[in-house]
Amino acid sequence: MTPRTEPVARHTIAVLVDNEPGVLARVIGLFSGRGYNIESLTVAEVDAAERLSRITVVTSGTPMVIEQIKAQLARLVPVHKISDLTVAGPHIERELALVKVRGSGEKRVEALRIADIFRARALDSTAESFVFEIVGDAGKLDAFIALMSGLGLVDVSRTGVVAIARGPDPL
Amino acid sequence: MTGAEIVLQALKDQGVTRIFGYPGGAVLPIYDALFGQNDILHILVRQEGGAVHAAEGYARSTGKVGVVLVTSGPGVTNSVTGLTDALMDSIPLVCITGQVPTHLIGNDAFQECDTTGITRPCTKHNYLVKNADDLARVIHEAFHVARSGRPGPVVVDLPKDVQFATGTYLPPSRVVHKSYKPRLKGDPVQIKRAVEILSLAKRPIIYAGGGVVNSGPAAAQLLAQFARLSGFPVTLTLMGLGAFPASDPQFLGMLGMHGTFEANLAMHGCDAMIAIGSRFDDRITGKLAAFSPHSRKIHIDVDPSSINKNVPVEVGIVGDVAHVLEDLIKFWKSTQAKPDAKALKAWWKQIDEWRARDCLRYQNSETVIKPQYAIQRLYELTKGLGEVFVTTEVGQHQMWAAQFFKFEKPNHWLTSGGLGTMGYGLPAAMGAQIAHPKALVVDIAGEASLLMNIQEMSTIAQYRLPVKVFLINNQYMGMVRQWQELLHGGRYSESYMDSLPDFVKLAESFGAVGLRATRPSEVDGVIKAMLASPKAVIADIRVDPKENCFPMIPSGAAHNEMLLGPADKAEQPVSENGMVLV
Repeated sequence: MTPRTEPVARHTIAVLVDNEPGVLARVIGLFSGRGYNIESLTVAEVDAAERLSRITVVTSGTPMVIEQIKAQLARLVPVHKISDLTVAGPHIERELALVKVRGSGEKRVEALRIADIFRARALDSTAESFVFEIVGDAGKLDAFIALMSGLGLVDVSRTGVVAIARGPDPL
Repeated sequence: MTGAEIVLQALKDQGVTRIFGYPGGAVLPIYDALFGQNDILHILVRQEGGAVHAAEGYARSTGKVGVVLVTSGPGVTNSVTGLTDALMDSIPLVCITGQVPTHLIGNDAFQECDTTGITRPCTKHNYLVKNADDLARVIHEAFHVARSGRPGPVVVDLPKDVQFATGTYLPPSRVVHKSYKPRLKGDPVQIKRAVEILSLAKRPIIYAGGGVVNSGPAAAQLLAQFARLSGFPVTLTLMGLGAFPASDPQFLGMLGMHGTFEANLAMHGCDAMIAIGSRFDDRITGKLAAFSPHSRKIHIDVDPSSINKNVPVEVGIVGDVAHVLEDLIKFWKSTQAKPDAKALKAWWKQIDEWRARDCLRYQNSETVIKPQYAIQRLYELTKGLGEVFVTTEVGQHQMWAAQFFKFEKPNHWLTSGGLGTMGYGLPAAMGAQIAHPKALVVDIAGEASLLMNIQEMSTIAQYRLPVKVFLINNQYMGMVRQWQELLHGGRYSESYMDSLPDFVKLAESFGAVGLRATRPSEVDGVIKAMLASPKAVIADIRVDPKENCFPMIPSGAAHNEMLLGPADKAEQPVSENGMVLV
């Protein structure tokens, strides 16, 4: 076996697929069956008339592996288009997280203060808890969650990354 | 029309005349539609696995799509091996599977299984049809997907209620796929670069594979034309045998783990390589880090994911082999490309020196039948007999057949290359014989593999197929034994078979002819008797049980580290890295 000495890089790949039963299983099965990484994966219908869904996969690998991932995705029959946003040019990545923090006294005040700095919104509050909504890139969410872990973090739900290219052109 | 009638109409409109299958509860409506019609002949196999391999044999020997019809649950799970085999070897199949009625799906109903879930990774694509109105479109699409681009198996799962329901039929011409459009024509810029590299080559090689066969007879002719035009040496993969005439002086034989000395050393020493419809499989490359270290590489493949998968290439051309070769030849001629004649002559001189090693030579015997000798005699005695199709099982006999049986035309050599499925050869021979009733079809078999699908002798009897089984019987799983000898200190753990059947009586019990040779002097007589018989035959050739298959590149080794014979093995023990590989 040849040791893989090439650098491993993170790529965000957008995939336009037919919204049909099993299409997500095909994509996930491809990644697991061939041993590729999935850091995050999001999917939702984006064109109801044409019945198209958009999948955003964040993955990592050597240049050869990334090329394989794209070629293997393109081989799936219901796949219409693929774009490696990381290579294609400037793009925007966003993720949403719901973060539940439980506590009282000074910690509760501190949690609110930090939420304000991160422009997180409180969506729910009780006498002993908050649920914050925070939107940003994955790094910002990681930082916010890390800070909350010292302030009574009890639950996190994240969407995974959605991404789109900058500029006027579609996928 | 009912769903079942739509299925039959769609098959007819796709030009299907033969299907292989096995009935069961969930496909009864389709079997009912088959009853009392004469357009499609159904071949009743003895196990669903046999149906899939038979369809593979049919497809591979005709270039058409093979069609399988099986029931739900165990019908599907028995088909999985064949489907995976077809996926690995790019064989076009459409497999129609029954399913429990839609309202029972997910209820763990009798003979229910998650067919689309189970077959997703072992098909090119699969469908679950829940509405009879979608049925015609889906079946036409399935044929299109199966046969176009890189061919492969497609499963259409049909719940029983959909087979009964009425729906509207659509002819094939009205079906267009939205997203699936394989690329046929190669990029002219890349083709131009390929011609530049090849015309500068001093030590070139053409390394062609099963993609040439899949592309159709024109591709093989174009390959020969290009070889002639350029004067380059040609080597073929196991799946590619027949894509270039074996008798041609430019042919170096098969390459890879059990390939010839000259082919492997030419791959190792070349300075320009054009891979045509081949996929740099690990059985071809050996140790990747040491694979053809000094060559500029060009790769033509219809499947973009084959390019740069295992071996990075300088020029990748996505397209159908025939289309790309046609353009490449045109461009070669128009630029009047002329490789360095002096260098090419020196290269051929080097190749001829390698050839002179006569790497396939073996120590023949007067007393025991050497398997190589038996296959060589089979080849010699069938040479002038017109159409001859050879299938194999998997193991030593398969490699000896690849080395000693010579193929001049594509589609006549049917073997399980990628998956290495023991039990492939007999049903595949059955499928080839169905497609070519007048031709000679021989399954060069090993006794261990043959027993894996021996039940198909009964199918062969039912349809009076004159399939010949040429059984290289050494009582061992020979390739397992060989690896145990080379890698595991000769501890032959579970690779010997006691209590094998008497294959002569076994043949007779199925209404076939049983023959046996135990001494070299009997081989010719048995082969002649086998060929003279109008019936199916099992010829039990009792060969030397200790014979090993050489040349061999041990796993984890490079092309220039071949073992040429038994004497070599002590000098070059297999590395620890090699031992963990398969």
